[in-house]
Amino acid sequence: MALVLDAGMALCLLALALFALTARASYSAVAGFVAYGLLVALAWVRLAAADVALTEAAIGSGLTGALLLGAAARLRASESTTVAWPSAARRAAAALLSTLVALGLAAVVLWLPQPAPTLAHEAAAGLPSTGLGNPVTGVLMAFRGVDTFLEKVVLVLAMVGVWSLAADERWGGRPGLRHEADPNGVLAFFARLVIPLGLVIGLYVFWVGADHPGGAFAGGTVVASMWLLAMMTRLADTPPIERRALRLALVVGPALFLLVGLAGLAFGGGFLAYPEAYAKPIILAIEVAMTLTVAVTMALLLAGPPLRSADGQ
Amino acid sequence: MRGLLDLWTYAAVCAGLFFFIAGTVGILRLPDTLTRLHALTKADNLGVGLVVLGLLPQTADALAALKLVAIWAMVLLSSATVSQLIGRAARAEEPPR
Repeated sequence: MALVLDAGMALCLLALALFALTARASYSAVAGFVAYGLLVALAWVRLAAADVALTEAAIGSGLTGALLLGAAARLRASESTTVAWPSAARRAAAALLSTLVALGLAAVVLWLPQPAPTLAHEAAAGLPSTGLGNPVTGVLMAFRGVDTFLEKVVLVLAMVGVWSLAADERWGGRPGLRHEADPNGVLAFFARLVIPLGLVIGLYVFWVGADHPGGAFAGGTVVASMWLLAMMTRLADTPPIERRALRLALVVGPALFLLVGLAGLAFGGGFLAYPEAYAKPIILAIEVAMTLTVAVTMALLLAGPPLRSADGQ
Repeated sequence: MRGLLDLWTYAAVCAGLFFFIAGTVGILRLPDTLTRLHALTKADNLGVGLVVLGLLPQTADALAALKLVAIWAMVLLSSATVSQLIGRAARAEEPPR
C-alpha cells in the first residue's frame, strides 16, 4: 500500500516537472512549479524529513512561487506565443548532457556503500551539549553553523541586489507599486482573519524548532507571508527602505551570528564555538535575530526594488 | 465500538474521495471559470470536510482532533476567499453570456 502511494507520488512529481518545463505560457509553468513544490514537500514528509518539508513548502513552493508569479506577470506582455526551437544539433547535445547527468546521479545513488557514510551518530551523540532536541536544528545552528551564517549573508546580498535595481531618484523610497485593493473587500477580510493566526503559527514554528521540526527559516517565512498579505491588502504600506530600523532588522541576524562567531574565536575553541553552559541561550538569541531578518528579507525581496518615493508617491 | 468507528472512517473518507474525484472531473470537463470554481470549492469544502470527519475517531487525543478541525477551517476560509477573488477576476475578463 505504501509502495503504491510512493510510486504514485513519484509519477505525479515527474509529470508535474515535465508540465512545468514544457508549458507554453510562463503563468502555467509557474502554477505547475508551485504544485510540484507542494508535492515535493509531501515527498519529504514520506521520507521522514519534516524540517526539509516545511522549508520546501514555505520557501521552495510558496515564496519562490510568488516571486516567479510576479516575474511571469511582468513578462506576460512581452512573451511571444511561438517558441523558437533550437537547432537539431543543439537539442541533441542538450539531450546527451541531460542523460549523462541523470545517469551519473543514478550511479551515485545506486552505488552508495552499504551502510551509507554518515555523521548522524556523531551528531546525535553531540546533541545534548547544545541543549537542543531537534538534531536538524543542532546541525544548522551548531555543528554546521558556518553554513547557516553564510546563508544569511547571502540573503543580505540578495536584498542589496534587488535594491540596486532602483532608479536613482527612487532610492530610499517604498518598494513596489501601490496595491489597489478594496479596504472592505474579500481579501482584506481574509487578511484581518488570517494575519493574527499566521503570526502565531510562524512564531510557533520558530519556537518549536529547538526540539521539533521548524526553526527560524520556516517560521520567518510564514511571518513574511503575513506581512506581504498586509501589504497586498493595503492594511500596511511597504516601509521606505531608507528607514534605519528596517536596515537594522535586515542585518541583525547575520551580525549577531558573526559577533557570536568572533567571540568564540576570542574565548573558546574557534569560530562559532559556543561555551557549552550557554549554548542553548546563545542559539536561541541567534534564532530570534535570524527569524526577524528572514521575515523582513523575504517580504522585502518579494516587494521588489523601490518604485515610489518615501512619502508614497 | 472500535469496528463501528473504523467503518465510519472508511465510509466518510471514501465519500470525501468521491467529492475530490467529482471535483477533479468537474475542473476538467466544465465549460467556464465560474462553473469550474464551483467544482473546485465542492471538492475543497466537502471533500476535505468528510476526510477530516472520517479521521477524527482515529486521532490519538483531543489536541490532534482539534488540529484536524483547524486545518479544515483554514481550508474552508482560504478556498472561499480564493474562489471569490478568482470569480471576480473572471467576471471582469469574460462577461457572462
